[in-house]
Amino acid sequence: MRNVVPLTQRELAATFFSPVAYIVAAVFLITSGYFFLADTLVSGHEATLRPMIDGMARILVFAIPLLTMRALADEFSTGTIETLMTAPVTDVEVVLGKFFGQFIFYAALLVTTVLHVAIVWHYGGIEPGVVMLAYVGLLLLGAMFIAVGLFASSLTRYQLLAALGGIAILSLLTFVVDQLARWGGGNWRLVLGYVNVIGHFEDFSKGFLDSRSIVFFLTGTILFLFLAVKVLESRRWR
Amino acid sequence: MIHVQNLTKYYGDRKAIDGISFHIQEGEIVGFLGPNGAGKTTTIRILTCYMPAHSGSAKIAGFDVFTQSMDVRRIIGYLPENVPLYTAMRVREYLNFRGKLHGLDHNARAAAIKRVTELAWLGDFIDRPIHQLSKGMKQRVGLADALLHDPKVLILDEPTVGLDPTQIRETRNLIKKLGERHTILLSSHILPEVEATCHRTIIVAGGKIVASGSPEELKERIRGGSRIITEIAGPSSDISTALKSVNGVKKVEVQSVNGWNRLLIETNRERDPREDIVRIASQKNWSLREIRFEHGSLEEFFVEITARQLAGARADDAKEVTL
Repeated sequence: MRNVVPLTQRELAATFFSPVAYIVAAVFLITSGYFFLADTLVSGHEATLRPMIDGMARILVFAIPLLTMRALADEFSTGTIETLMTAPVTDVEVVLGKFFGQFIFYAALLVTTVLHVAIVWHYGGIEPGVVMLAYVGLLLLGAMFIAVGLFASSLTRYQLLAALGGIAILSLLTFVVDQLARWGGGNWRLVLGYVNVIGHFEDFSKGFLDSRSIVFFLTGTILFLFLAVKVLESRRWR
Repeated sequence: MIHVQNLTKYYGDRKAIDGISFHIQEGEIVGFLGPNGAGKTTTIRILTCYMPAHSGSAKIAGFDVFTQSMDVRRIIGYLPENVPLYTAMRVREYLNFRGKLHGLDHNARAAAIKRVTELAWLGDFIDRPIHQLSKGMKQRVGLADALLHDPKVLILDEPTVGLDPTQIRETRNLIKKLGERHTILLSSHILPEVEATCHRTIIVAGGKIVASGSPEELKERIRGGSRIITEIAGPSSDISTALKSVNGVKKVEVQSVNGWNRLLIETNRERDPREDIVRIASQKNWSLREIRFEHGSLEEFFVEITARQLAGARADDAKEVTL
């Protein structure tokens, strides 16, 4: 696991050097700023960040696959995967390095949205625990989304396909499942509720601390990272 | 140092390499020669643990490339064919990153980077971003990367492709120099390159080894194809009959050139009949104005055997189609 640190550093540097990352970050901040302006910073509205936080979770369905699409697909298309995988580095280390590099970039992006929190804090006064819990939720959600994005990026050498694949999987787990869970009834609803990312996330944004939701995001992250490792291994056999 | 036994690899239904076996001793520089698509890169990728073979085994310094992959990766330095590099990084950053992956600590990295900078003449552009570098410079960065952890075995896939003639000469000299410290396997589709740098050549075509040996041994094998060319004035049929009776002559072909007979004489490997030919000519009072040995070149040998192999493969394909 010693190699995870240099791999994380490299991934982070590559993300910071990539214009795509800045464009995606800018769009993410503009849209979350819009939610903040439209729903929170309106005279007479409740001083809560919930609309912005829930809005951010939905934007991340698109933003994170665009951030992670480069991660593995680019290594395949430029051939650098060959120098990487012939160095004394395991597949698990490669995927974890990519994951942590992306996660740190994402966390840095989240930090910039704390400005909104400060504004509401100053004018409205909010419960610090609730906001912190919402941010914990965003970190957990982001971790799982990044894992899904990396998995999509491991499947192809084309970045565009990686982004579209990631968005497709995440849309399924969020919008589609959420809608079906609303329509469905009985056991159907119960089962869908288990995999409903939006449902689990709303626990955090509402201020509930439910250990099931924590476990959900962590296992989801591990599952998709594991799948990415397996895809990376299997590519050699082709 | 490198032991390859019966290695086979398929891409889909196509056999990329077919039962390749060879051994390389410590300290040898071995050239892996073959036309494009012969299976050189595939073999190299198996040896460097990038992809597994379907059957057969490969060991480097006693470590199996499949089951002891990490041990193998630690002792090999690999320069892939197209020299993939992280182009957004500066050369020094890149080498530093690669040094970390090889487990070198801060001081060891500094020393290693200094050493490879000198070896691969990176001095002028060590702090330049890689995307600004020319193909030749990138090739040197790749080589520096391969040498960073002072590997026992160096595996270089087409190390001079895309270089200008001066750089090719420099790279060849460097490879010879590196041969003093490292066991080297290099692939090439250019014969003079292998002749100039390697102790031994393994020629592959169509996924199989078709010949191997030192350049001298390979030349020895083609001595049978050597012939004598001589020009003698006189009655052509008499000359041809007389020469055919000389011990060591296998076949005589006569061409007429401006009143002279140019004779192409195939000989046995063991005997040089030139003296006898000169004696006969003087006994019969024929003027002789030229006599020389024409050695088949390694180049011709290479073209001939690889062409034969490919023709065979094509014939097989054709059969399959007609069946």
